Amino acid sequence: MPKPNEKQLQMILEDMVVARTQAGRLWNLQRQGQVGTIAPIDGHEAAIVGAVHALETESDWVLPQYREPLGLRKYGPEVLDTFMLYNLGHPAGGHIPEPVKVAPSQISLGASIPHAVGLAWGMSLKDESGVVLVFFGDGASSEGDFYEAGNLAGVLKAPVIFLCINNQWAISTPTHLQTAADSFASKAEAFGIPGLTVDGNDPASVYEAVSEARNRATSGKGPTLIEATVYRLGAHTTADDPTRYVPSEDLSDAQKKDPVHTLIHEMKERNLWSDAKQSEVETAALERIDEAFEKAKNTPLSANSLMDHCFTSDTERQSRQRSFLMHSIGESNE
Amino acid sequence: MSPDNIFEGANEDEESSSESNPSERKLGYGAAVVETMAQIMREDESVFLAGEDVGAHGGVFGYFRGLQPEFGEDRVVDTPIAEQAIIGLGIGAAVQGLRPVVDLMFMDFICVAMDQIANQAAKLKYMFGGGATLPLTITTAGGAGLSAAAQHSQSLEAMLCHIPGLKVVMPSDAYEVKGLLTSCIREDNPTVFIINKRKLADTCHVPEELFEIPLGEGHVIREGSDVTVVAIGRMVDEAKKAAEKLSGEGIDCELINPRTVQPLDIDLIVESVSKTGHAVIVHEAVRFGGIGAEIASQIQEQAFDYLDAPIGRVAAPFSPIPFSPALEKHYVPDAERIVTSIKNLF
Ligand SMILES: Cc1ncc(C[n+]2csc(CCOP(=O)(O)OP(=O)(O)O)c2C)c(N)n1
Ligand SMILES: [Mg+2]
Repeated sequence: MPKPNEKQLQMILEDMVVARTQAGRLWNLQRQGQVGTIAPIDGHEAAIVGAVHALETESDWVLPQYREPLGLRKYGPEVLDTFMLYNLGHPAGGHIPEPVKVAPSQISLGASIPHAVGLAWGMSLKDESGVVLVFFGDGASSEGDFYEAGNLAGVLKAPVIFLCINNQWAISTPTHLQTAADSFASKAEAFGIPGLTVDGNDPASVYEAVSEARNRATSGKGPTLIEATVYRLGAHTTADDPTRYVPSEDLSDAQKKDPVHTLIHEMKERNLWSDAKQSEVETAALERIDEAFEKAKNTPLSANSLMDHCFTSDTERQSRQRSFLMHSIGESNE
Repeated sequence: MSPDNIFEGANEDEESSSESNPSERKLGYGAAVVETMAQIMREDESVFLAGEDVGAHGGVFGYFRGLQPEFGEDRVVDTPIAEQAIIGLGIGAAVQGLRPVVDLMFMDFICVAMDQIANQAAKLKYMFGGGATLPLTITTAGGAGLSAAAQHSQSLEAMLCHIPGLKVVMPSDAYEVKGLLTSCIREDNPTVFIINKRKLADTCHVPEELFEIPLGEGHVIREGSDVTVVAIGRMVDEAKKAAEKLSGEGIDCELINPRTVQPLDIDLIVESVSKTGHAVIVHEAVRFGGIGAEIASQIQEQAFDYLDAPIGRVAAPFSPIPFSPALEKHYVPDAERIVTSIKNLF
């Protein structure tokens, strides 16, 4: 299986450190009331970044759930810029500009799994060469959407990679209440497609599994289900208090396997990373997210945009409502 | 279990009560859900609760907190994330005489479970030639105002009301939560109990013991002679504020809270409109095809001769609910918009 080389591993670690650092900043911004609810990436960095580095950004689509955006740096600066607009609730935060092949976050669990199959099938029909990688959680895998889409993709041999990030929790629900199966990967058997479980704390393993799945997909052999096992190191979201239900021993065990710390340690041993490099990357990451936040904050938000993007253009009724609304907002602002 | 202090920031100023008496016990809207569930589960072994994160976590909004420790994992079931299966589980258990309460975390997720709700729960009695009875309660959190964005803020009651076979209940305060939830669970037909997620901390007087508010009976909150204002769910609070403001300007509002939107107490509304000659309907849901359209239509069928002006509607515009708090403020109807709409009638 193709392994990431040293240079790639350095890039992977850099993206992981950036994600972790920016996640901390974002958490603080939320606590200050500056942005909306956030789902922290902590603990998922290796799985997300490792996977994305095995993709070709020019041809391959990524459909995130909601924990991924900070880990998608490889897809370009537009991802973070748009994500910050999204965190402010700005309508433009849903549109990552072309040609970036990243969809906005999906909050309706499981809903983007069938979309991935459709997107992949469309690419096949148009003779495009890429693949679609869809992220979803252990929790989302219980939705009918997952089973229906997995089965359909198997039949169509659609070029899809189903990447289930098993972080042991779905809000407060542990995996043993999510499924009685031995693994999430084992569900692939019912779809007639390959399924494998990889250590999601090890980006190289994820990279290898995704590269292999990508090769299969692009050579017409169809989809693969990959389960990347990690541990959710933070809260479900900023609205959650995990101390109510996460056993502290489990969390401290997981912290010992923290994917970012582990890789830093390993790369330093191999002389591929240093403290100086670390602080340089962290400083740049903070500057970058602060800049993106300022830019997002200064993006004008017109009350008029409230009625945008429902259809390609307003129906007559909508234009009447739009003028009525603008009129009444104008009055109330006086 | 101490349901009273679950909801931080309970706002004493916003207290509202159907039958208020300041010396009596007050309870929060969310806390009333837990209290009612616990009391009913103690008296009726056939009641159980199932849903996502309802167990150890007590529901993401906390209104099932304390139930699993008291009633155990078989009667308070944490389910996998599978809304179709959650409703289907309730249906299967209900047809054999249990009284399941199944929870869909956000009302928006009824769409995921719509086959089970619309084609199964609502129709099984009919399909079984009367041979099946479904004492099923679906609880779910609806409503906007928390910046929960387009897929977690909707008020989809009109969709449910359109399906024969479902009763649709929208409590506007903690008193109604207790009385209506009790009725829903004891009801022999499928009910959808819509909990307004922005009301959770609001308190009002709630009796300690279980009591029922009949499904299908509305409530006159305030008598008045000039205009009938029909307000649904949380909009009752906004309509109260509007009525207060207008009384200072010489417009006397009669405020009606239907409490259940299916069945709908149209008699109460028609009687009121026959007296006032004016009607305005207020709901959070999108105006087009909203429950207000049905109410307006029934008013004109039954009280046309009494109407002195077209019927007004205050509701949301025809677009998804914005994530931005600033935009959402303009989207959701409020007292100010109700005042304007009422003034337009005169
Ligand atoms: C259709 C649907 N049902 C329920 C929810 C509520 N919900 C949001 S996140 C979540 C847990 C998801 O867990 P998982 O898929 O494992 O992802 P994780 O948060 O662990 O990354 C739930 C139940 C939802 N957003 N959509
Ligand atoms: Mg999970």
